[in-house]
Amino acid sequence: MTDAAVAITRTVDARGSFCPGPLMELIRAIRESQVGDVIAVYSSDKGSKTDIPKWVEKAGHRLVSLETSDGYDVIVVEKLR
Amino acid sequence: MVDESLNLVLFSGTDDKLQAAAVLTAGAAALGKPVNIFLQYWALDAFRADRIGQDHGLAPEAGVAGRAAVEALARAGQAPWAETLRQAKDLGGVDIQACSLSMDLLKLESTDLDPLVDGVEGVTAFYLNAGGGQVVFI
Repeated sequence: MTDAAVAITRTVDARGSFCPGPLMELIRAIRESQVGDVIAVYSSDKGSKTDIPKWVEKAGHRLVSLETSDGYDVIVVEKLR
Repeated sequence: MVDESLNLVLFSGTDDKLQAAAVLTAGAAALGKPVNIFLQYWALDAFRADRIGQDHGLAPEAGVAGRAAVEALARAGQAPWAETLRQAKDLGGVDIQACSLSMDLLKLESTDLDPLVDGVEGVTAFYLNAGGGQVVFI
């Protein structure tokens, strides 16, 4: 973790969902969240670890961390606006 | 680039091409790009309410191996293209219109179409909606 102090508000388990499913699930979760909430996305899709950080930057949120473990990626995002 | 619209003319009605179109639509919608989809010929036929969930076959280049690969992905849980389009529409900015000429060709009424389709329009309206954005034919 690049920022171990951040507490996860919500976890979205999108493992088994194919591109662009994990991003769609993240966007839905962000819309339902409050500013400052931190969302962790689990993804086994190869595209998401490149696409989600790019989307996070474009959408004006913050990428807290991106880690790979046991064949899936854990992408943590803070909602900023 | 990102704020320009994406304009898809869907002609082919096979599941692989519709899946590709649905993924392109979802990605654009995720970025907030407006997406205009114009349904012609066999793509429009695939959006009939009584057929949208059926097997629409694959493009000829898929072959036997391609068919097996597509079926494997579906078994692994890939969402059908209609579901991907529904999710993209939930994000907003996605408008799906049936080509009025193709409606006549296939002898269809608006009530024959799946609710994913927002309306029926002519090609000029499609171009006007597209504005300066790129037009992609699938």
